[in-house]
Amino acid sequence: MATYQNIFTQVQLRGEPEAGIALPPGSEPRIGKGTFNHLMGIIGHAQIGPVYLGWTGVIALICGFLAFEIIGLNMLASVNWDPIQFVRMLPWLSLEPPAPKYGFSPFVPLAEGGWWILAGFLLTASILLWWVRSYSRARALGMGTHVPWAFAAAIWLYLVLGFIRPMFMGSWAEAVPFGIFPHLDWTAAFSIRYGNLFYNPFHAFSIVFLYGSTLLFAMHGATILAVGRYGGEREIEQITDRGTASERAALFWRWTMGFNATMESIHRWAWWFAVLTTITGGIGILLTGTVVDNWYLWAQEHGYASLYPDTGVIDPATLDNTGMGSTGQ
Amino acid sequence: MKRTITIAALATAALALTGCDLGPKQSTQNGYRGTGMDQIVLKKVALAKDDVPAPPYDPPSTEGPRAGAAYKNVQVLGDVSEEQFTYTMAAITAWIAPEQGCNYCHNPENMASDEVYTKVVARKMLQMTRNINQNWNKHVGTTGVTCWTCHRGNAIPVNYWALPEPGKKGIIGNLHGQNEPIPATAYASLPNASLAMYLTGDPKTDKSIRVVSEGMHPTSANKLTTMETESQYALMMHLSQSLGVNCTYCHNAQAFKPWNISTPQRATAWYGLRMVRNTNAEYITPLKDTFPAHRKGPMGDPFKVSCATCHQGKAKPMGGYKMAKDYPALWGPPTSTPAAVPAIAPAEPAAPVAAAVSTATH
Repeated sequence: MATYQNIFTQVQLRGEPEAGIALPPGSEPRIGKGTFNHLMGIIGHAQIGPVYLGWTGVIALICGFLAFEIIGLNMLASVNWDPIQFVRMLPWLSLEPPAPKYGFSPFVPLAEGGWWILAGFLLTASILLWWVRSYSRARALGMGTHVPWAFAAAIWLYLVLGFIRPMFMGSWAEAVPFGIFPHLDWTAAFSIRYGNLFYNPFHAFSIVFLYGSTLLFAMHGATILAVGRYGGEREIEQITDRGTASERAALFWRWTMGFNATMESIHRWAWWFAVLTTITGGIGILLTGTVVDNWYLWAQEHGYASLYPDTGVIDPATLDNTGMGSTGQ
Repeated sequence: MKRTITIAALATAALALTGCDLGPKQSTQNGYRGTGMDQIVLKKVALAKDDVPAPPYDPPSTEGPRAGAAYKNVQVLGDVSEEQFTYTMAAITAWIAPEQGCNYCHNPENMASDEVYTKVVARKMLQMTRNINQNWNKHVGTTGVTCWTCHRGNAIPVNYWALPEPGKKGIIGNLHGQNEPIPATAYASLPNASLAMYLTGDPKTDKSIRVVSEGMHPTSANKLTTMETESQYALMMHLSQSLGVNCTYCHNAQAFKPWNISTPQRATAWYGLRMVRNTNAEYITPLKDTFPAHRKGPMGDPFKVSCATCHQGKAKPMGGYKMAKDYPALWGPPTSTPAAVPAIAPAEPAAPVAAAVSTATH
């Protein structure tokens, strides 16, 4: 039984690849003629390409590749170019930012963090060029620019962690290493150093929006899949009609929780939750160490850190300077 | 069929994610409710008994002639009774060199001789043991320590460490002193020199491990970077790993810094860290020239102690068993003047005495 294409229906259309609309003047040609892939057709559209890369895409890929190579080759060098050790130790390996003694100087010996600065610069160039590309492609299609601005929200957090906050703190040593476990250890050390990041209200906001995003995603995804049998994925065609998938979806939420988003507003909800995750997260990171040095004390001052009963334990350093037991030495 | 496979695959994935510590657990609350202050351990780990050797024979009298008068060259245990001395020697042999016996430290022709380097080391270790039992009761309480606490039948305790090699130049083979799964950092990617940083050095100067600021806003009083914080974090991971506990054994995870919401164990650990520094600085490091090269680390320093050396995965070594009570010689008064530490194969410090050889059998 064949129905319209989605993951639950197996029909894949084949014909001449769809080239898309004509490009505006001054555009570069698209790469490839387009082909079909059955497996991709199961999880999305079966047509692959043509791709519009443009000069921003080309340079972004080159910069991204160079950053990837610098990070990878530094990791490989750190295990004496041993490919077996590289695979075995990969989760532990890293490219570390410069030590505190270098401050925020851009001139750091390559082996002592210079490679980190270079990799960070190239990765940033790659990401920013990819952003330009996503903006220009959205414009070329006559779309809004919601995707590039959402991407920009993520770039904001990335730049705060790796550049803006280290600049304000005057030290590259505040930045995050490139590495799997090393960046996780950095995260924990960051929270320890600044008196528990969970008391940073912007960190709290970020978590709310992050978890909220997953909740909204689950609600929306589930709703649309649930009305797939009525062609619910063709949302906009149905928005004004009665008895459609769209109306059933709306009624479901009105019946269960009294309120329903609309076919349009649910996407605004999701978009704002997603972008606010990284916007608030970035603000929280930026305030840490620059404005607030101990978030636990800050939260106590503002009345939202729970006060637990005193255990009566006294700091031994205030009792005894020698650090010895009762008798000293 | 497809559905069965899917369910089986999901169940397998879920099980894999649990970390597979199957088996009944024992949970102990050690702090205010709702703070996650509890210790959860596998019952088979919690109830496992450490092997503690019985005394070699019934503890003898502490009366009678002193060992110092009966034997030559008894520099530490000279103040205990002759019977206690022999008894303690027998116990030490079983704890440290059960295979090799007395000759692991002694020249059988002349028991008083210091020509075997291990005897010089053993003397220093006895002074160390007495120092710990006498002066560090804030850490070891009335339980005390014996040689067995660390050695457990091995000439070299299983858990030791040595100073790491200095960082290499360049990037080849340079892990920047971290990013290596080693026990000292609980297999994290944290700096591996944290034990050297916090557990060595002059014990008279306090080495502060505190990283969190006293005030709400940044001041010049605390310029510590996140990168530098990782060393302290590594030491805490070492503690946690060595004791088989998590952070909340000592801390309320709400805030690691304040003492008034911490558990009493945190103060015990505070003294413990200083005890380890004292032990490494005053008793281990001075043996640098005594130990042969194969008993030293890559930097030529003797193998040092850490929390793991005694604790070996238990919050209290050997589950807190008061083993040292049977060995009064290990508690004796601290020696006021540390014994001289001769290098390997020195000139005979004391003239051999035939009587010592004939009586000091164990």
